[in-house]
Amino acid sequence: MNTSAKRGLSRRQLLSRSIAAGATFMVGAGFVAAQDATWATEVVALKPETMATLVQMARDIYPHDHVPTEFYVIAVKGYDTEEAAETIEAGVAALNAAAQGKGYGSYLDMGWERDRVDVLRGMEQSAFFQQIRSGLVTGLYNQKAVWPLFGYEGESFSMGGYLDRGFDDIAWL
Amino acid sequence: MVAKFELTDNSVVVIIGTGAGGGTLANELAQKGVKVVALEAGGRYLPQDYVNDEWESFGQLAWLDKRTTSGDWRVARDFSGLPSWIVKAVGGSTTHWAGASLRFQDHEWKALTTYGRVDGANLLDWPIDGAEMAPWYDLAEEKMGVTLTGGRPGLPGNNNYKVLEKGALELGYKEVSTGRMAIQSTDDGPRMACQQTGFCFQGCKWGAKWSTAYTEIPEGEATGNLEVRERAHVARILHDDDGKVTGVVYFDADGNEQTQLARIVCVAGNTIESPRLLLNSATEMFPDGLANSSGQVGRNYMRHVTGSVYGVFDKPVKMWRGTTMAGIVQDEARHDPSRGFVAGYELETLALGLPFMAAFLDPGGWGREFTTALDSYENMAGMWIVGEDMPQETNRITVNRDQPDQFGLPSPNVHFSDHPNDIAMRNHAYKQGMEIYKAVGATRVFPTPPYPSTHNLGTNRMSENPRDGVVNKWGQTHDIPNLFVSDGSQFTTGAAENPTLTIVALAIRQADHIASEMAAGNL
Repeated sequence: MNTSAKRGLSRRQLLSRSIAAGATFMVGAGFVAAQDATWATEVVALKPETMATLVQMARDIYPHDHVPTEFYVIAVKGYDTEEAAETIEAGVAALNAAAQGKGYGSYLDMGWERDRVDVLRGMEQSAFFQQIRSGLVTGLYNQKAVWPLFGYEGESFSMGGYLDRGFDDIAWL
Repeated sequence: MVAKFELTDNSVVVIIGTGAGGGTLANELAQKGVKVVALEAGGRYLPQDYVNDEWESFGQLAWLDKRTTSGDWRVARDFSGLPSWIVKAVGGSTTHWAGASLRFQDHEWKALTTYGRVDGANLLDWPIDGAEMAPWYDLAEEKMGVTLTGGRPGLPGNNNYKVLEKGALELGYKEVSTGRMAIQSTDDGPRMACQQTGFCFQGCKWGAKWSTAYTEIPEGEATGNLEVRERAHVARILHDDDGKVTGVVYFDADGNEQTQLARIVCVAGNTIESPRLLLNSATEMFPDGLANSSGQVGRNYMRHVTGSVYGVFDKPVKMWRGTTMAGIVQDEARHDPSRGFVAGYELETLALGLPFMAAFLDPGGWGREFTTALDSYENMAGMWIVGEDMPQETNRITVNRDQPDQFGLPSPNVHFSDHPNDIAMRNHAYKQGMEIYKAVGATRVFPTPPYPSTHNLGTNRMSENPRDGVVNKWGQTHDIPNLFVSDGSQFTTGAAENPTLTIVALAIRQADHIASEMAAGNL
């Protein structure tokens, strides 16, 4: 309970800091923010551009246009550790190398999702891709704050179930 | 008064596992005055402990000990360490079952006779039949309070059911209902009535669904004849020079080895653990494992022909609201080879929450084909296929001597490949399921692959002839008279029905047999 509350708080703090700072895409050492200041995060072990690439990669793997980027940031933030950094830096370097092979400066330089997805398809069997993808299955979709964006209501026991709250309310059949 | 028996008390019946088979057997024997020690590998969780959150509940209840997989089933690729989704807790998988309580059809007891020889299948008739089992089914339905039996009304249908029902009726199906369910449908029963909360798979927080955890087990304990030891993981079964079993060695909650003596041992650890235990109990006298003169221990592993169909509509369904298994279409459960396969299947509603839908809709899937499906999660309806799969000798549980579990015991490997009959049946069921949803306007449908197995059957199968199987018609092993199998591993064939009711009926019948044989001095 405590950790998730803390995580929520720190996200809000970071957001306000990024707005206050008039953030651009990568602000200084160890701080990554969206240009429009919709999300921001501090990095401790990864390079800021690595985190930014990871966030884009997460969105390209599980793109939901109605889900704000901050949830993707939370989903990959766990890789920002000393233990994970080497693998992640190497994986993102491979991603950028693949983008360069297609004539772009980096993965983030690819403007169209379909071009980035081409790169991802090419490395779909790699341990790095599978690590990121499988981590997102819980990292993204098991965030309670994400559920309402899909209409999912979560537990109902505390409200007495749906017996009197619409378990059979379908009206369009 | 809860009983406490000495480790050296060799007059007790030891039951390994407290689920549908073991939990029922424990209570039935205790009611008859038989002293029982039930050893349960998991802890005790009751309705107040259950968590209505899919992953958190999974962490609380699922059996997550080391297991490996092989064979061409997709589970071996997508969930290589999780062949089966069962529960490790007092109550076993009755904690998370959805409650469907269907009797076998008469012909399903005689699969070999009815279907004839099927290449590659190890079909066999059960040594019992529908007439023999009818009174035991009656007792099981009464015990469990099964709806649409014994004058009990059915449950009301939720949104997910209404979609299924409308589509099925459009297709001309006739046997469509909210099903026979071991879920309390009235306010005047022994359990609280269902509040349509969802999360049946996570343990019913109202206690409306029958589970041995809060019915059989406390009833048995109240007799003073039943002691349940939690977090007691049985390592092997012991025997004497005469080849009779004498007790079991288990690891207690602190990880210390204990030996409990016994007059009779009943194995009910579910279809992966039960044969594993017999195999891991091999000795010089029984080098292939206990009760394995037939070589059938661990073989003929069945998991039902499963798969799901999800349909997306242009308006909300909210399938997660209400019971998980909210209704059933039974027209395809018949045996009708003109469909291109033998045996039959049921179609039952199923709902997953968003977190599990993301994990199971198309394991490994990604990109917009996948995410646009989840974008329509609120507008989805879902159903599950439950069909009879073919027993195959090569589908089997073996033990990995080089890959021990946390106790140093060889872990189980689960090998499974579909039989061509299984594939033909699944494809037929996918097509019918998708037609059902299209008939009510689905804009997109998903034939979703099978999940890790919840119905695990057949690995200590029942046979008339000791050459063909592991146990006789009482679940007593052919080789060792005081060793019994009391779970779904004794199933000769799987039939099209969810197995719990049959496991319970067999356990009630077995208790009756054991108690009378004990009284007669034969055991």
